Amino acid sequence: MSRIIITVVGKDTVGIIAKVCTYLAENRVNILDISQTIIQEFFNMIMVADPSGSDLGFAQISDDLRVLGEEIGVVINCQREEIFESMHRI
Amino acid sequence: MITPFEVIETNQMIGQEKLDVRTITMGISLLDCIDHDPGRLNRKIYDKITRLARDLVETGDEIAKEFGIPVVNKRISVTPIGLIGAAALKTPAEFAETARTLDRAAREVGVNFIGGYSALVSKGMTPAERNLILSLPEALSTTERVCASVNVGSTRTGIDMDAVMMMGEAVKLTAEATKNQECLGCAKLVVFCNAPDDNPFMAGAFHGVTEGDAVINVGVSGPGVVKRALEKVHGQDFEVLCETVKKTAFKVTRAGQLVAHEAARRLGVPFGIVDLSLAPTPAVGDSVAEILEEMGLDSVGAPGTTLALALLNDQVKKGGVMASSYVGGLSGAFIPVSEDHGMIEAVEKGLLTIEKLEAMTCVCSVGLDMIAIPGSTSAETIAGIIADEAAIGMINQKTTAVRVIPAIGKEVGDHVVFGGLLGAAPVMPVNQASCAEFVRRGGRIPAPIHSFKN
Repeated sequence: MSRIIITVVGKDTVGIIAKVCTYLAENRVNILDISQTIIQEFFNMIMVADPSGSDLGFAQISDDLRVLGEEIGVVINCQREEIFESMHRI
Repeated sequence: MITPFEVIETNQMIGQEKLDVRTITMGISLLDCIDHDPGRLNRKIYDKITRLARDLVETGDEIAKEFGIPVVNKRISVTPIGLIGAAALKTPAEFAETARTLDRAAREVGVNFIGGYSALVSKGMTPAERNLILSLPEALSTTERVCASVNVGSTRTGIDMDAVMMMGEAVKLTAEATKNQECLGCAKLVVFCNAPDDNPFMAGAFHGVTEGDAVINVGVSGPGVVKRALEKVHGQDFEVLCETVKKTAFKVTRAGQLVAHEAARRLGVPFGIVDLSLAPTPAVGDSVAEILEEMGLDSVGAPGTTLALALLNDQVKKGGVMASSYVGGLSGAFIPVSEDHGMIEAVEKGLLTIEKLEAMTCVCSVGLDMIAIPGSTSAETIAGIIADEAAIGMINQKTTAVRVIPAIGKEVGDHVVFGGLLGAAPVMPVNQASCAEFVRRGGRIPAPIHSFKN
């Protein structure tokens, strides 16, 4: 499977990155890049990840992360990288 | 590697500016369903559609989830039934039964519209095509999801004025037959000149005879994205304005191209075209009128509107053509009144008239679309409106169309309310002078001089 982009947006709180990374590590999803900023107390994280070593499919990872986001109180979205590549690269 | 800025921009387009893939439309050829027995014909049609499109809705939903971009509609277009039914269907009632078969097939696979209850009669009509046109009121009042279209003219053949007159009557009778549902039947009936074979948008979609056995065509949209981009260059000159529209259209179309390829691959059906039309919805922020107003017009309908729409249409095409390997369908800006809150407001304030809309259809990708007119309007006047649009299409070598709704029992100032994507339309005044003697002459208009290119 191709790379996925995980975006996390919400109110900043302790341990957001830790919880997301723990989930990814437990399911053998490799993190290739993380960028993170806080804009007006809002936490914005964009992660590029490679799920090819994971036993889980895209739909499962996406659903799990959405539920995890609800637990932490942030919105977590998963999208395949191609949507960004096709729109921003010629 | 994709940058955070690019991720944020794309997700803002989808989340806040209503970028979406408006439709994945599967075109299905019914040529191999032709039979001389009506029962067998209908069975073959039902079986082929439900077999090929079984996974269409599910696949569309999967793609939407994986890329995070909404795929609003999943639809089907079929070969014009005027051709498919010619051997078996001998009466308008038999044609209407085939329309109900299409409706059942659409329901079974879960698509919201099926297009192709159509006749191509730009030069003349067969008895079957005449019966299909006569069946339109029954077909559209006894089905829920069937969309009908009739091509009455083209640049290569001229205009069949007998068909134009018949369609004036068909529109009126369809309104009567569906008057208990706000004359909804007419919202599913389009009269074309130069109809394209690969248009994925309803109500005018059909699967042309030049197409293969099955094909995936995708329509992208995103008026809100264009408007937001133009807000950022407010007040700057036309070069900047045009460049901004073009770049935005490029990005929007690329999303459509990606979805089209994915859908084609997963369904095992060839990719046809991407139609890069800006199609509004009734939601605020998803309006073509708002784009024109952002360019500097007080209201759509003001002097300057035709140019604003022309440059929008042209730049959308320029950006889109670069973004997709195959562009087709209508590709441009749609101006359906009932589906665009900016258009509705302009009509209600008296700033947008049918005559101005007609001028706008000379430079945009379709025609007089989703316009409610008084229910008392005669069939001849409707035929005159169709004839004028067909003339614009024929002479300018472009697609034009008429989808008007005679609101039975209503007059100017009243509204028809369809709900959903079809929206609501204020009843607009129509010129009261008669054209009856003109449109009833009969016969056909010869092809224009610039069609002789051989």
